[in-house]
Amino acid sequence: MENRLRLLRAERNWSQQDLGQRLEVSRQSVNAIETGKYDPSLPLAFRIAELFDLPIEEIFVSPSTRSSKAI
Amino acid sequence: MPRSPAWARYNWRVVGLSALYATFLIAAVYGFKHQLVPPALKYPVAILPALPIIGIFGAMGRYLVEEQDEYVRMLMVRQILWASAFTLSIATVWGFLDNFGLVGHADGYWIVILWFFGLGLGAIYNKLTLGAAGC
Repeated sequence: MENRLRLLRAERNWSQQDLGQRLEVSRQSVNAIETGKYDPSLPLAFRIAELFDLPIEEIFVSPSTRSSKAI
Repeated sequence: MPRSPAWARYNWRVVGLSALYATFLIAAVYGFKHQLVPPALKYPVAILPALPIIGIFGAMGRYLVEEQDEYVRMLMVRQILWASAFTLSIATVWGFLDNFGLVGHADGYWIVILWFFGLGLGAIYNKLTLGAAGC
């Protein structure tokens, strides 16, 4: 799933390791989410949203929104 | 990357069970070879080395329950699916070849060896498709 995680992390000057520690997941998990190789579960998506103090939809791009834009 | 506490516990369990397996196997082989096993205990002693292996399957299940990192957990689940599909496919093909008299009988424990090999194949598949091998 497309997302703004890398950008939000870069704005705070956090490494993937830093973000992983804050979310209590591995660095490779952060990398997989950032690159869109892995879609986080709803609880993890909420943790990410709460960490950045943003609604989920401002971090993750809804696949249905993407396809409707494409149309 | 530092591994999770669940991973460390899993590793210790596997190391302990592997040591137990080696001990039981040596004891059972020695017992049968020197005819030290009474007839009433032959089945339990023969099964003894299998128990730690079953324990390793249990340890893997326990790890999946205890691992808090959902992505890492998913990597291991994919490995297990790969291992199971690989082993069941080989067992099915071998079964038919055996049925038609084209190959000899294989010892049942080969299933376990193939399954653990399949875990390695799953790790390679994870690495190629996701960039991370898993366990």
